[in-house]
Amino acid sequence: MTPPAPGSGSAAGARPGRSAVETADAVRAGRLTAAAVLEEHLAAIEARESELHAFNLVLADRARAEAAAVDESVAAGRDPGRLAGVTVALKDNLCTRGVETTCSSRILEGWKPPYDATVVTRLRQEGAVVVGKTNLDEFAMGSSTENSAFGPTRNPHDPTRVPGGSSGGSAAAVAAGFAGLALGSDTGGSIRQPAALCGVVGLKPTYGLVSRYGLIAFASSLDQIGPFAGTVADAALLLEVIAGHDAMDSTSLDAPAPSLLEGLDGGVEGLRIGVVSELMDGVEPAAAAAVEAAAHALSAAGAKVDRVSVPAAVYGLSAYYLIAPAEASSNLARYDGVRYGLRSEGPGGSADVAAMFAATRAAGFGDEVKRRIMLGTYALSAGYYDAYYGQAQRVRTLIIRDFDAAYRSFDILLSPTTPGPAFELDAKTSDPMAMYLSDVCTIPTNLAGHPAVTVPWWPEGSGLPLGIQVLAPALGEAVMLRAAAALEAAAP
Amino acid sequence: MSPESRPSISRDDVAHVAHLARLTLTPEEIERFTGQLAAVLGHAEDVAALDLAGVEPTAHPLPLMNVLREDEVRPCLDRDEVLAQAPAAEEGRFRVPRILGEAP
Repeated sequence: MTPPAPGSGSAAGARPGRSAVETADAVRAGRLTAAAVLEEHLAAIEARESELHAFNLVLADRARAEAAAVDESVAAGRDPGRLAGVTVALKDNLCTRGVETTCSSRILEGWKPPYDATVVTRLRQEGAVVVGKTNLDEFAMGSSTENSAFGPTRNPHDPTRVPGGSSGGSAAAVAAGFAGLALGSDTGGSIRQPAALCGVVGLKPTYGLVSRYGLIAFASSLDQIGPFAGTVADAALLLEVIAGHDAMDSTSLDAPAPSLLEGLDGGVEGLRIGVVSELMDGVEPAAAAAVEAAAHALSAAGAKVDRVSVPAAVYGLSAYYLIAPAEASSNLARYDGVRYGLRSEGPGGSADVAAMFAATRAAGFGDEVKRRIMLGTYALSAGYYDAYYGQAQRVRTLIIRDFDAAYRSFDILLSPTTPGPAFELDAKTSDPMAMYLSDVCTIPTNLAGHPAVTVPWWPEGSGLPLGIQVLAPALGEAVMLRAAAALEAAAP
Repeated sequence: MSPESRPSISRDDVAHVAHLARLTLTPEEIERFTGQLAAVLGHAEDVAALDLAGVEPTAHPLPLMNVLREDEVRPCLDRDEVLAQAPAAEEGRFRVPRILGEAP
């Protein structure tokens, strides 16, 4: 199978041969209508959504009204904004006022939030058209989107395989041309891993760069919203729109939104790039070979490439699967059948409120969510707190120290995004530990609070994409994206 | 507690944790979760066994302090819109089953 060039369209999907940057330019200039753009995407959805199940909800009527409003603005001589007429798919853990937001969980089925997430408000202010809410692993807990209460999403490049997760619906939506852009959330790799497996660009910003207001919380010290896009420039554009301080999120960085599109084509001449040894060990040979080829391409473009060690990265997975469930067990305590979503009285009705809580949570949460709540509750319980949660937090300190040391010698780092390409449905569902290992290369970034982006890389002769992960220190998005753009230009 | 002496998680532990987490589990679920949690905790032994005396824990990736603002009246969520999403509401409040038992 011939690897599709970004935006060229392929057998895998009907992605229009037009980037989001080009779409917005054309719509703002009056050369293209938002309505016409939207109809292309709705036609792609009509053709393949029943096969792929990227969406929990397609908002065709609302999207048509939003597109019409953009076109009216242009006709009236007003600028609709930087995302004029660009279609965006939203992971279904981002709150949309009056529009069902489920986290792909029975416990929130039917819930219509009374407010919009800040990122949604910013999209609307810039003229984006929201096409739908995408499927995810329940409460973003998973690496394949098979943990959705509403059924799995399938990989557009091979529907017998998973799209990755937890933001599998958003990744599949962009890969299949269902939307020009998408938003997801990344706690341990939930943007980058599915982006890699679906052959699109996916970016986790620096912790605090994008407001989490209206993102339904999983692990609050790790969660971050970020873009999916067909090109590096499109990801940069979307990040520019959603980044920046928000008084509604107390963990929002009080820093100006970065300028990312400007200088994106600056190249990598003289850039010091380190390939992380620990993240090359244990991945499939094809994944390691792809990174070697990418490093060679960057070297040929003028970068100084060398190996670097981040020793504590090997403890990332263990530390993550203590910290994230611990935070989740606290965050998910709010689903108790009182204020929103499902209430179950259990067989025969609940005698008191405590019985109602337990019956509601048993009926509303799926297996993986229960498993992580249990794991987190155990890791925080008396007698084990220091041995597990405390140790994991100390490992987090070591990981940050080791990254800091690496960034004294290198501007950016390189690694595989995933240990291998998309796997078949049901291949890992019965073994949670095997599934967790899908995130081994992406987790250290979240623990450090740093940004990272995955760029598609199609190995010669393979019908499935891999991802090259570019890592940067906190607020290093500009240099990270410059390297990502160089990789995109060099990719086979 | 040293890693060597830490007991593997038992069915009773899982049942206890389920109670703490307010999850009603079936005996089959307790059986399955016991094995699966033991596997994950087994993997975490590499972290639990590290000698990290003197290393400060990191709770959060950013050195953020409390964020304060002026104490002024601002718009908040619409009460009726919020209550319309509740499983049960009455007289402007969430309605829940009995909280306290009968007086002895």
